[in-house]
Amino acid sequence: MNNDQTMKTSSESVNMTGPETTGMATDDGAPKMTARHVNVFYGDKQAINDVSIDVNMDSVTAFIGPSGCGKSTFLRCMNRMNDTIPIARVTGDIMLEGEDIYAPQMDVVQLRARVGMVFQKPNPFPKSIYDNIAYGPRIHGLATGKDELDNIVESSLQRAGLWGEVKDRLQDSGTALSGGQQQRLCIARAIAVDPEVILMDEPCSALDPIATAKIEELIHELRGKYAIVIVTHNMQQAARVSQKTAFFHLGTLVEYGETTDIFTNPREEKTRDYITGRYG
Amino acid sequence: MVNSGTEHTVKAFDSDINELRGMVAEIGGRSEQAIVKAMRALEKSDLELAEEVVREDKLIDELEKRIDELTFQTIALRAPMADDLRELIATFKISGVVERIGDYAKNIAKRVPLVTQTHHLGPISLLPSMSKIAGELVRDSLDAFARRDADLAMEVNRRDQIVDDFYNSIFRAVITHMIENPKDIGEAAHLLFIAKNLERIGDHATNVAEMVYFAATGEPMPERARGENPTTPLDEALSDGAD
Repeated sequence: MNNDQTMKTSSESVNMTGPETTGMATDDGAPKMTARHVNVFYGDKQAINDVSIDVNMDSVTAFIGPSGCGKSTFLRCMNRMNDTIPIARVTGDIMLEGEDIYAPQMDVVQLRARVGMVFQKPNPFPKSIYDNIAYGPRIHGLATGKDELDNIVESSLQRAGLWGEVKDRLQDSGTALSGGQQQRLCIARAIAVDPEVILMDEPCSALDPIATAKIEELIHELRGKYAIVIVTHNMQQAARVSQKTAFFHLGTLVEYGETTDIFTNPREEKTRDYITGRYG
Repeated sequence: MVNSGTEHTVKAFDSDINELRGMVAEIGGRSEQAIVKAMRALEKSDLELAEEVVREDKLIDELEKRIDELTFQTIALRAPMADDLRELIATFKISGVVERIGDYAKNIAKRVPLVTQTHHLGPISLLPSMSKIAGELVRDSLDAFARRDADLAMEVNRRDQIVDDFYNSIFRAVITHMIENPKDIGEAAHLLFIAKNLERIGDHATNVAEMVYFAATGEPMPERARGENPTTPLDEALSDGAD
């Protein structure tokens, strides 16, 4: 890594390992996250019904299903985003590396650093590109000095495939970027705190096809470095980016399997009806 | 999942699929008719009917092209999944196989003028029964496609053995006839080719059946259901590996 604080002389082609190694490189194939018998209630209404699922490090997992099927609700359980909704109640077990994420001693802020999230609409902070990335490492104390922070910013932007486009204007506002760039900035921001899991909730639905393709390529490149779960309404996207697909319907997990099987020969009639466009 | 016939939300998709099914039924019907006509022309030495079969093969070729175009378009524009995708892939392959069946019928028809001593050729008496079964296999394999009937598809593959047995019998009978009547060798050779064409038609019907099974179930047809190919000493010696 270079010590140039402006980072302008750094070679883009260098494949940065990042200042903070994930420690997950020797993943033995055991599930990164496991959910068992998860139920979610919004007040009296049950939104998720007895869902059990494993999320692996080496595959991208896509959640598909019609609106209101519970896929986003379930995704938000995986880093306790539902905690912010007062009437939401979660039962069952969700484990991250064997730790119960709903255990009282679990630090939710730490959890959300370990399980990052990218939303449908790009939501950069109204700050500079640099500060968008540096914010997380600063509050989590991941960098001891300016050089180290610079390195984190650069490597995160590199990994998100944005470095080449923004390296000369790191002080520009994050909100001045195009929609696709903003979304990659949000992915870089999630990466900056060295997460183990990245949750993406329809990350491309506000983007044009070219920006979408860039995000999909990025997902492909990030696969294996992080466990990735993506919620998408676009079935072609699920087919393109994921290795495992889970189909949700009315709050239940109808079918979970290899993406190729789900899209060529689903076992359940409901899955078939949905992916072939016979739903409803 | 087997297609339960539920309609798609996008109705235009259903109309594309239905148009394709109609064309597959038509190409199948035409090929089946080509076999019947070619064999009748052979039995009656009806050169005009034989010519009709050759002429009408162009319609079969034309249909194959139209089926392939529409299948290609539908895959590109509708991005089909699951059983829809399997059906379209099967349609694409079936159209090619059925067009080949038409070619075999045409080949039989082309030999009609070359086989004139029909009454002297004993082995010819087996051909009508053989062609009847081969034609039934073609019809049943396409019925199986129209009905998404995996059981009927398996049944077609089992019955192909009968066509193969016929071929083996005719092969022996023709060789014997050639030995006894060297002057008939030329015409008897044509008979043998006709029998081989019918045997190939049976094989192609089983290919259709295998695709139907895949389209209907998403699984390849179990090996045991597939008939063995006939082997005669000559086939083994030539070993053309044409399958």
